[in-house]
Amino acid sequence: MNFRPPAPIFLQIAEHIIQLIISGDWKEGDRIPSVRDFATDVEVNPNTVVRTYNLLSQEGIISNKRGVGYFLNENAKKLSTTYLKKQFINEELPYFIKMMKTLELDFEDLKKEYNEHK
Amino acid sequence: MIDINGLAFGYSHRKDLFKDLNLKITSGKIHGLLGLNGAGKSSLLHLIQGLRFADEGSIKVFGLSPKQRDIKHLQQSFLLPEEVYTPDISMKQYIDMYSPFYPLFSLESFLQFLNEFELDRSAHLGQMSMGQKKKAVIAFALATNTKILLMDEPTNGLDIPSKKQFRKILSHIITDDRTFLISTHQIRDLHSLIDNVIAISNGHIIFNQSINEIVDSLHFSLDGKPSSSDDLIYHERVPGGYLNISPSTGIPSFEPDLEVLFNAIMTNNSAINQAF
Repeated sequence: MNFRPPAPIFLQIAEHIIQLIISGDWKEGDRIPSVRDFATDVEVNPNTVVRTYNLLSQEGIISNKRGVGYFLNENAKKLSTTYLKKQFINEELPYFIKMMKTLELDFEDLKKEYNEHK
Repeated sequence: MIDINGLAFGYSHRKDLFKDLNLKITSGKIHGLLGLNGAGKSSLLHLIQGLRFADEGSIKVFGLSPKQRDIKHLQQSFLLPEEVYTPDISMKQYIDMYSPFYPLFSLESFLQFLNEFELDRSAHLGQMSMGQKKKAVIAFALATNTKILLMDEPTNGLDIPSKKQFRKILSHIITDDRTFLISTHQIRDLHSLIDNVIAISNGHIIFNQSINEIVDSLHFSLDGKPSSSDDLIYHERVPGGYLNISPSTGIPSFEPDLEVLFNAIMTNNSAINQAF
């Protein structure tokens, strides 16, 4: 049996930001908090937030405008959904499937639960 | 910023605390200094500050030997001891007495930090509890704006909200040209702030890696039993099962638990260092 301890902090922050983008709390084109402000807000080392922002830049979700700060790109929401989907399928789903096997749950059982939660 | 080469030091001639200790500390980071009781964490901070002198080898801080106690060194380095001593005077007298030693001292920051620690600026140091005194001296230390801040167990004796404020302030004031070196057993108080882990044992630095390197090089997993894999470096019983540490598989895994990492460093040091 496997369990999931928390992800590295820089990935926790990335997922937190992505959730804010998908929910619409942070909007495309918006300026996002500076590295230092975000680090102070969540009480982490600024270098950790730098790593998060580098990751989100690589994913095309945010851009750094030199001297001004970081902004959400125009397609940030779509890219965030893609990132989270990839993360869900690669990281969450294997645990979920393992648990299904352990409990001998099949898709019919899941369907019933799914319909109750809808 | 701090460069230690071949350091030997001991309190008695018969027994060395450090022998051939080497350590390079660059700026822009919050370094966590870990070690067992008596490993020499406080002594190392004292040597860097020039309160003790090396028997052999060299220590350079800003290129200067701390032994010279050069003003250019001392006005840019502050040592916060674990147990603070404060004279029986008012906070204002304390500032008047000690702040002139630190040219970059900011009264505005000091008052702001006092406020964040919920201390009354008009209070008298002689009438404060141990924890309140410690907070007052921490506020002073942080407001000196020295390039080097050496802190010995800074969170010991702080109440829970103050620990939170301490983390907030540190994450706000660390800049590329400053270095914070924090010796601590209370690693869980500070783990989100530390971005470089240094461990000291048997007179040597036995581990010195950044959190980024640790996340990339070691794989932490929680399982129902100790991993049967050949490359398992260390495992430890935890309420949720067994925390296993093995070399990274390439994918960033889980947030390293620094207490468990420290135990792994102490019990299987060569395997840990081989993973990097």
